[in-house]
Amino acid sequence: MWKTVDWFTILLYVIMIVAGWFSICGASYDFDNTALFDPSGRPGSQLIWMGTAFILIFVILMLESGFYDIFAYFIYGSIIILLIATIFLAPDIKGSRSWLVLGPIRIQPAEFAKFATALAMAKLMNGYGFKLNTIKNFCLALLLIVLPMICILLQKETGSALVYLAFFLVLYREGMSGYILLAGLCAVLYFVTGVKYADEMAGITPLGELIVSCLVLLISVGLLAILRRDKQAISTLAIGIASVFIGAYFVSFFVPVNFALVAMGLVGGMSLYLIFLSFKRWVGAYALIAVFALTSLLFLFSVDYVMDNVLEPHQQIRIRVALGLEDDPSGAGYNVNQSKIAIGSGGFSGKGFLNGTQTKLKYVPEQDTDFIFCTVGEEQGFLGASAVLLLFGLFIIRLIMLAERQGNTFSRVYGYSVASIFFFHMVINIGMVIGLTPVIGIPLPFFSYGGSSLWGFTILLFIFLRLDASRKER
Amino acid sequence: MEKNNKYTLENRRFIIGGAVILMIFVFIVRLFFLQVVDNDYKAWADSNAFLKKTIYPSRGMIYDRNGKLLVYNQPTYDVMMIMREVQPFDTLDFCNILGINKELFDKRIEEIKNRRLNPGYSSYVPQLFMHQLSAQEYGILQEKLYKFPGFYIQSRTIREYEYPYAAHVLGDIGKVNKKDMEEDSYYSQEDYTGRSGVERSYEKILRGEKGTEILLRDAHGRIKGRYDEGAYDVTPESGKNISLSIDIELQAYGEYLMQNKKGSIVMIEPQTGEILCMVSAPSYDPRLLVGRQRGSNHIELEKDPHNPLLDRSVMGRYPPGSTFKPAQGLIFLQENVITPQTLYSCSYGYTYNSRGGKPKPACHGHASPLGLIPALATSCNSYFCWGLHEMLDNRHRYQTIQEGFEVWKNHIVSMGYGYKLGVDLPGENRGFIPNSAFYDKWNRGRWNSSTIISTAIGQGEITATPVQMCNLAATIANRGYFITPHVVREIEDMALDTLYTNKKYPTIDPKYYKDVAEGMLAAVQYGTCWAAAIPGIQVCGKTGTAENPHGKDHSAFMGFAPYENPKVAIVVYVENGGWGANYGVPIGKLMMEKYLTGTLSENSKYTEYTMVNSSTLRNVF
Repeated sequence: MWKTVDWFTILLYVIMIVAGWFSICGASYDFDNTALFDPSGRPGSQLIWMGTAFILIFVILMLESGFYDIFAYFIYGSIIILLIATIFLAPDIKGSRSWLVLGPIRIQPAEFAKFATALAMAKLMNGYGFKLNTIKNFCLALLLIVLPMICILLQKETGSALVYLAFFLVLYREGMSGYILLAGLCAVLYFVTGVKYADEMAGITPLGELIVSCLVLLISVGLLAILRRDKQAISTLAIGIASVFIGAYFVSFFVPVNFALVAMGLVGGMSLYLIFLSFKRWVGAYALIAVFALTSLLFLFSVDYVMDNVLEPHQQIRIRVALGLEDDPSGAGYNVNQSKIAIGSGGFSGKGFLNGTQTKLKYVPEQDTDFIFCTVGEEQGFLGASAVLLLFGLFIIRLIMLAERQGNTFSRVYGYSVASIFFFHMVINIGMVIGLTPVIGIPLPFFSYGGSSLWGFTILLFIFLRLDASRKER
Repeated sequence: MEKNNKYTLENRRFIIGGAVILMIFVFIVRLFFLQVVDNDYKAWADSNAFLKKTIYPSRGMIYDRNGKLLVYNQPTYDVMMIMREVQPFDTLDFCNILGINKELFDKRIEEIKNRRLNPGYSSYVPQLFMHQLSAQEYGILQEKLYKFPGFYIQSRTIREYEYPYAAHVLGDIGKVNKKDMEEDSYYSQEDYTGRSGVERSYEKILRGEKGTEILLRDAHGRIKGRYDEGAYDVTPESGKNISLSIDIELQAYGEYLMQNKKGSIVMIEPQTGEILCMVSAPSYDPRLLVGRQRGSNHIELEKDPHNPLLDRSVMGRYPPGSTFKPAQGLIFLQENVITPQTLYSCSYGYTYNSRGGKPKPACHGHASPLGLIPALATSCNSYFCWGLHEMLDNRHRYQTIQEGFEVWKNHIVSMGYGYKLGVDLPGENRGFIPNSAFYDKWNRGRWNSSTIISTAIGQGEITATPVQMCNLAATIANRGYFITPHVVREIEDMALDTLYTNKKYPTIDPKYYKDVAEGMLAAVQYGTCWAAAIPGIQVCGKTGTAENPHGKDHSAFMGFAPYENPKVAIVVYVENGGWGANYGVPIGKLMMEKYLTGTLSENSKYTEYTMVNSSTLRNVF
């Protein structure tokens, strides 16, 4: 087994936790305490977590690979029960009820639910004759994902719950239609843009609706190009859309024009044209694109309607703040702003280890947990931050390669789950820190301080490495 | 179909892997813009983290000419508070110690917390609660400070004065205002700057250079230490000490004599132009303008009808009266209007345009006709009127009166009148010497010596400051030159401005001074200044009695002593003191005697008694 285990991934793992530990030193380094190995400080306790993680790794690798297959549902079930129990047992810590306190140790069961869900998903898909494209199977898979999500949402840990969306990437790999993924992405895109520009007007044009409508037009034409390669239809649409916009632009010199209405009209017109083509050439794809465009518009209206009429103003603000859209200097906006300042001040080569003023002076909140990447950016600069990103890229690509070389569905599905979860964490966490994605509080694997997350990710990864090590046996 | 499907599903790894690579790429591009392209974030980070704390240098000290310390720095104590650390305490006890009431206490707290009044407020950072505690208050508060958590005492320095004299020369310092900060970028809020006296004119030398300490400030505004062990700190440079030319004992004596009078005494060492004393009466104790009471005391002084804040020695514009006559004599000699032997008549005044009526200007009875020396000795008005008449109205001399008057004016200006002398004190007045254009305008171009005849005797439009008058005495004492009068004699490690070391020669040939000096000697020996005589010293002098619209005549005395190698030149000007002999001469004599001999004779002690116990403050109609 020691010969077949993927030492390259283990090497990447070790590099990351060591780099992570140094980042935690930088983030928690203060003027008062210089003892990095003091177990009461954060670097010290992280060292303890790291040590125990190696014991965990040993245990995981020593177990038979069949063990995980056999006990997958059992583990999943136990974790779900633990998650439900947590909702009631956990004390309220900063508004969330996700921490179980056992004497001096606090653990977050949500961190362990990821590998459990991945195991269950692998087990489900490994079933004899399992095909994702039946409604029943798809619903079963969905249930596996949604169950822990709901529990975690009830613990008020929205960020951790959203991580389970990563499993859709696994479903996609296992046969789910790409359109579902596309539709999901579009929905998120529309929602965020729509909400972000909800109250902004240019003249009498509501910006949010204009932008979303234009996105709908763009994606529809893009789909047309990919699916049909129908140059004639594409050029007709492009010329039509462009001429209507130019015309509206000239008209706007004389009469105020609501460009959002113009764009929506264009979406309608385009849909009619596509349906016409669909009947004329008797090809369903045109009609499908038309349905997509119209559904998109409908979605836009419903988001608007829900935001404006169903939600109370304070709820609207909460959503906007949660998405990092509200410029709230003392709230989410402040965090992102300070984190951009810290990273931006790092420059090309950084200020040097333990020399970051912004992190050292605690300008960035949560700088040793969710915002740990700030410390990397400030102290190691563009070079260090890029290196960490490339490390993550290499790590995830390696995991995908490992997953693809598995001989059985169980290991492959599990492998993809691992890769997807790391990918999702990396994108959301670093995206948030550099101000590209909304502020969603999830840790950066191996870098953020915290025993539960380190253990959770370690277990997640090494079960896969154990499965991979014995890929020839199964 | 099955196989084909599996094949396409396997291809999806490229889409997933592509998405991973795309995201990493997007993030790296974003990082590149954040960290390498955009420089704003670095500036923000610096303004976040660095607190530049100013370290104030100690201000230069001021000594008198004999090395006596006059002005120095003394620690004072400000009460600071850190709002966040304040816990409930006995407010009444606290207020009693500081001598304030509860309302004021509450008001101060509000002011501190008000971000509009106090933009830099942070509950973590020490805020000034009350400034400049007295040593006594400090002592009591220090003892009980443990009862008042969140309050601290911070020491800083203020000016302290060894003597209650020379307030006008020393000047004061006050908080900078907006204008100061606009004019000189050195200053920032809460800085102090010289407001008057040498504190102001030597501000840049006395203030030194501020230092900075770069401190690290955390997100809550708490100070976490020095940046890079102080590698970028700038140490402050102390201000330079200066020594005045003022003799503080003489100054004190002058102020003692001038009590209950308005006016000025200026004494200059002729060879050096150093001002030995510069009394402006009434004066005030410089300590009044220091500390917590500065504001209210300043207002009191401003309200005083006798205007003690005015430095009369350099700011007062007075008609020089007869002290002007030596200057006139010099011009007449230079322009060959007269020789020392020229005689002019006087029958109780200048009879040129009296047409048989009362002579104008009038003169007292004395021998007639008389030459320059007796004219100076008896202060004959008509002698100088005839002289001016001869100079301006004789068309063989100058073609127009304008030309003649310009010649006269240029001579008088060369002697230091009409323009600022350049004394190293702020706010010097230039006095007033009209030019011909001024009289052309007044008289529509048609005028002669009679129109401006009061000019001959230092009256009329002419005004001068006491220091200008004293400068004339110094010029005559030097027989032909002066050095711009100044009050600062030495600056630590620095040379004086050449303005205060170079000799200046008026446009009068030095050979003419002998006769004028003799005239002034005669004035003391047998003329109007006989009371200025000091046994054993040849004193030269000239009285002045200046008419003015404010009441009784101003009493003036200008002189120097001894006749050979003069050690001191003096002007005494007492507003509304009457005849020159009433106050000017006796005070002038006492000052010179004290300075030259160090003691007073029995006679002089009596004079001193009368001077000290008399007042001219009521002689204002």
